[in-house]
Amino acid sequence: MATVSIRDLEIDFGTLKVLKTLNLDIAEGEFIVLLGPSGCGKSTLLNAVAGLLDVTAGQIWIGGKNVTWEEPKDRGIGMVFQSYALYPRMTVKGNLSFGLKMAKTPHDEIEKRVAKAAKILQIEPLLGRRPSELSGGQRQRVAIGRALVRDVDVFLFDEPLSNLDAKLRTELRVEIKRLHHELGSTMIYVTHDQIEALTLADRIAVMNGGVIQQLASPKEIYRRPINRFVAGFVGSPGMNFVDGTLALGIGAPGFVLSDGTRLDISGYEFSGDAKDGQPATIGIRPEQIELKEKAEDATILPIHLNLVEPMGADSLVWGHVSGTQFAVRIDGDDHVATPATVDAFFSPSQASIFDKTGGARL
Amino acid sequence: MSTTTMEPQGPRPTRLTPARIGVYAFLVVSAAFFLLPLYVMLITSIKPMAEIRLGNLFSFPLAPTIEPWIKAWTYACTGVNCDGIKVGFLNSFRILVPSVIVSIALGATIGYALSFWRPRGANFLFAVLLLGAFIPYQVFLYPLVRMLSTVGLYNSLPGIVVVHTIFGLPLMTLLFRNFYAGIPIDLFKAARVDGGGFWAIFFRLMLPLSTPIIIVAVILQVTGIWNDFLFGLIFAGRENFPMTVELNNVVNTTTGEREYNVNMAATILTALVPLIVYFVSGRWFVRGIAAGAVKG
Repeated sequence: MATVSIRDLEIDFGTLKVLKTLNLDIAEGEFIVLLGPSGCGKSTLLNAVAGLLDVTAGQIWIGGKNVTWEEPKDRGIGMVFQSYALYPRMTVKGNLSFGLKMAKTPHDEIEKRVAKAAKILQIEPLLGRRPSELSGGQRQRVAIGRALVRDVDVFLFDEPLSNLDAKLRTELRVEIKRLHHELGSTMIYVTHDQIEALTLADRIAVMNGGVIQQLASPKEIYRRPINRFVAGFVGSPGMNFVDGTLALGIGAPGFVLSDGTRLDISGYEFSGDAKDGQPATIGIRPEQIELKEKAEDATILPIHLNLVEPMGADSLVWGHVSGTQFAVRIDGDDHVATPATVDAFFSPSQASIFDKTGGARL
Repeated sequence: MSTTTMEPQGPRPTRLTPARIGVYAFLVVSAAFFLLPLYVMLITSIKPMAEIRLGNLFSFPLAPTIEPWIKAWTYACTGVNCDGIKVGFLNSFRILVPSVIVSIALGATIGYALSFWRPRGANFLFAVLLLGAFIPYQVFLYPLVRMLSTVGLYNSLPGIVVVHTIFGLPLMTLLFRNFYAGIPIDLFKAARVDGGGFWAIFFRLMLPLSTPIIIVAVILQVTGIWNDFLFGLIFAGRENFPMTVELNNVVNTTTGEREYNVNMAATILTALVPLIVYFVSGRWFVRGIAAGAVKG
């Protein structure tokens, strides 16, 4: 267990600034997920923490020690790669013990630790096999085991589940979570899959363009995204965005859509300095819309529905609001006639409103 | 009802098309073109001189003999020495073995360093090395002679090994660098996180993966160094002349009549090593040519 602290970290590849003055403090035993689209710098950050990449400026501290110039092996970290990166010519046992052999661990100690890791990950019957004789899920278990045997303080995961099929991904996701509970180690986990991020993380750092956009609990990230990017990136299907202007003059605060519809947004907590008549975007998640009954504080939103997408447990109803594509999630057993223009309901306190130009939350 | 038209099912029947006949005809003709000289050499080498004088180049020997082979191997004259080309055969091996080992070991190490450790200026170094492969050997000959004689290696076995190593290095480095460029970088990263150093990763992880490319490198170097004439003639010194140089001496040493059968036998003996390598390793050799292409 160890804290990880990244201080004013900058990384350039030639003239390209990949990370821009990045700060991140990770508590002991915390599970942090770095979430972002391809090229946002999340893997670069992980590689820098691992010591596989030279930093341009700034410091990296692990366990209260400045490790900026340390070799990867001296940082007390273990890393799991997307491509598993198992040593092809070694057996599973050889893979697990390689790191210990490099550290000149006594033979019986190696045996003990390999046996323990194999037990935790349930790969005991596989110890004599080669990586090519394993399935994807088994390979990733071995890769996790390789970090496990070394008794590291910090686990680094670089998109470990991306190469697995959907079913295995769900299984191993739970297993990683279980492992975190059992070991209590600090874990940094890179992914572009927001479901993984939401299910695993204590805190999520949503990254874009080499900058952490928001660092908060999964709930906070999902409920109160700090800007339009975070709102759009997290959630599947994505948040609905409709452009309009704020009407904060006389009476209840309102949001006027481009077709002139005025939505009552009383109950919404403004966090930024919102001005009357300011162009803005309102964001509502598909499941925050109700088609049937009106809750107490709900606001009416006229919506034109034209397509139903059944997905088993629930269905997605697609339509338009003021000329913008809009999705509503309803129960899988409910029936909606399409095409139709209906009044939908949402609660303004759950919605998000962003500045139209800058994208910051208002 | 017609029985000739069949409902299509299962594999499509293969037909002998004119294009296919053309391809086979071409293959047969080119095979004959390359095999004919070998045939002539083989039958000439087992004819007695009396039959050769008749001038029937393609006719089969009436009284086959292996005497020319024995003479070529044991007592054909190269200049004033009459020990056959077995001396050259041994010399060639003494040059071949260390040259192949050293050049491949160096090429593999440099290729590994360039691919994974990427020292500053790695790409520049690689470009220079590649450029070196395209400069004609002749340009280097005189300076190399001067350099080797300065350090006392001229006309010696270590000298010729050094020369073969230097000239083999660009191709070997290219070969190994390209091979390692195809290995996922994550593997290297994982080994570094596990605490592997430069040599530990090389010997424990990369070399065991390199078997295919090592075989290719061995084929290229064995055939290349065995067939070398120029470097052997210039750098090896009189006692270490390789087989190719000895062969030339056998063929050019004539007292009276030209012994075509002995010359042919000596030539086949000299060509035997590359010939065996080609026969045994045809598949690998093609791979080697493909791997030599610049990528990554």
